[in-house]
Amino acid sequence: MAEFLQFAFSGLTVGAIYALVALGFTLIYNASGVINFAQGEFVMLGGMVTVFTHAAGVPLPLAALIALVVAIIVGLALYRLAIEPARGASPVTLIIITIGASILLRGGASLTFDKSFHSLPPFAGSKPLMIGGAALLPQSLIVLAGAGAIVIALWYFLTRTLSGKAILATAANRLAARLVGINTNAVVGLSFGVSAAIGALGGILMTPITLTSYDSGTLLALKGFAAAMLGSMGNPLGAVVGGLTVGLLEAFSAGYISSSYKDAVAFLVILGVLFLMPQGLFGRGGMERV
Amino acid sequence: MLRIEDVVSCYGRIEVLHGVSLEVGAGEIVSLVGSNGAGKTTLMRVISGILPLTRGRILFDDQPIDRLPAHVRVARGIAQVPEARQVFGPLSVDDNLRLGAFRRHAADTSRALDRIYNLFPALAERRAQSAGNLSGGQQQMLAMGRALMSDPRLLLLDEPSMGLAPVLVDQILDTVANLRKDGVTILLVEQNVNAALAIADRAYVLETGRIVLTGSSTALADDPRIREAYLGL
Repeated sequence: MAEFLQFAFSGLTVGAIYALVALGFTLIYNASGVINFAQGEFVMLGGMVTVFTHAAGVPLPLAALIALVVAIIVGLALYRLAIEPARGASPVTLIIITIGASILLRGGASLTFDKSFHSLPPFAGSKPLMIGGAALLPQSLIVLAGAGAIVIALWYFLTRTLSGKAILATAANRLAARLVGINTNAVVGLSFGVSAAIGALGGILMTPITLTSYDSGTLLALKGFAAAMLGSMGNPLGAVVGGLTVGLLEAFSAGYISSSYKDAVAFLVILGVLFLMPQGLFGRGGMERV
Repeated sequence: MLRIEDVVSCYGRIEVLHGVSLEVGAGEIVSLVGSNGAGKTTLMRVISGILPLTRGRILFDDQPIDRLPAHVRVARGIAQVPEARQVFGPLSVDDNLRLGAFRRHAADTSRALDRIYNLFPALAERRAQSAGNLSGGQQQMLAMGRALMSDPRLLLLDEPSMGLAPVLVDQILDTVANLRKDGVTILLVEQNVNAALAIADRAYVLETGRIVLTGSSTALADDPRIREAYLGL
């Protein structure tokens, strides 16, 4: 039992991060139809910029804020410089552009920072809480609470503010959105900014537990993508459920089978979804709007 | 109010409009009729700024608007009820209408909302329902309500009667006729030529991207070419 709980705690913690990455995918996909494979780099930037500004003597909260702002600027620049000029290109072209951007950002990070692993001090001490014989790090609680707060804030933004509803409207019907006077280009830009912010916050929260490096975004993007696929691409609730599911599957297979297979889980999830239920868990069947 | 001069527009690489000119005066109801594929919807989208034009000019209040992005044209007072309604399916009726007022101040929105719910009581009863679950007639009312939320001076209506039961068609067209009293100018695209000529002051006939005939509604209703080609008489 203690073992099971232990795996569940670690699964939920990484799952929360995957959920945030998956939400980033979802938001941009909804607003623009683009699957942004640079999503993991926002997480990496959140962690790395915080580590290096903190190391330069900036207090941790301020360092985190700087990292957040840097990631948002990078997200907006990605849209402005790489996605918007390619407007009207096919989805595959746009996806390849985001892969290129991801390689560029990784390279930039390895030059600006370095190629080693870095960590941050835990935000609330490192004395584990013992629950049912399993150890739960305070930082895990912070990750879960932080991810939960981000999900709630995003839900509030999308369903309770006019700008958020403009994103949903653009996702639902781009033509109608333009006809009611929504500047859909600005909405897509906004979705890149918000996705970057969500990714960066995830990166800041997880760095004390999982470490970060210039290339930590690649695997995270793949796992977040698996989570988004599992939860049906474009469905925010599905992204959260998918993220937690992938995290738990990973932790349990690492614990009960072997930790060398840990990273294979996300790929098995992708293959499983593609073979067995291409619409994902929350898909609407084969319904096509006419 | 609206003047279209020699507009050429392409859909992909195919030229759809080959130099269309038409005019809508303030307070008028003008119909644009023509068969499928004549370019009616293309022209509506060019006016709203969804599709670009390759030649010609569009003037609104004597100002050229053909280089303005779509959202600026909405702010200037041009709203469109698009073909096939195009409601925001997953969003509630209330949100659909509020988004219609996207370019207005929040303070004006609730007053405009009351007005629309008065105009279409069926929508008021379903304000929390998602738009995708409404019937075709209710979706048409929603699409009209949403366009009216922007308080337009010029309303473009693209096939509002499409796919509706005859009793609903009458109701929708009555609403259109009543809008004129509120000072809204209307450009109406209709395949239901009979109905279109009944409520319009003037009409244009568009065939394969060209205006082939224009005149007052009564004159067109008596024109033998119209009677044969569109009214089946």
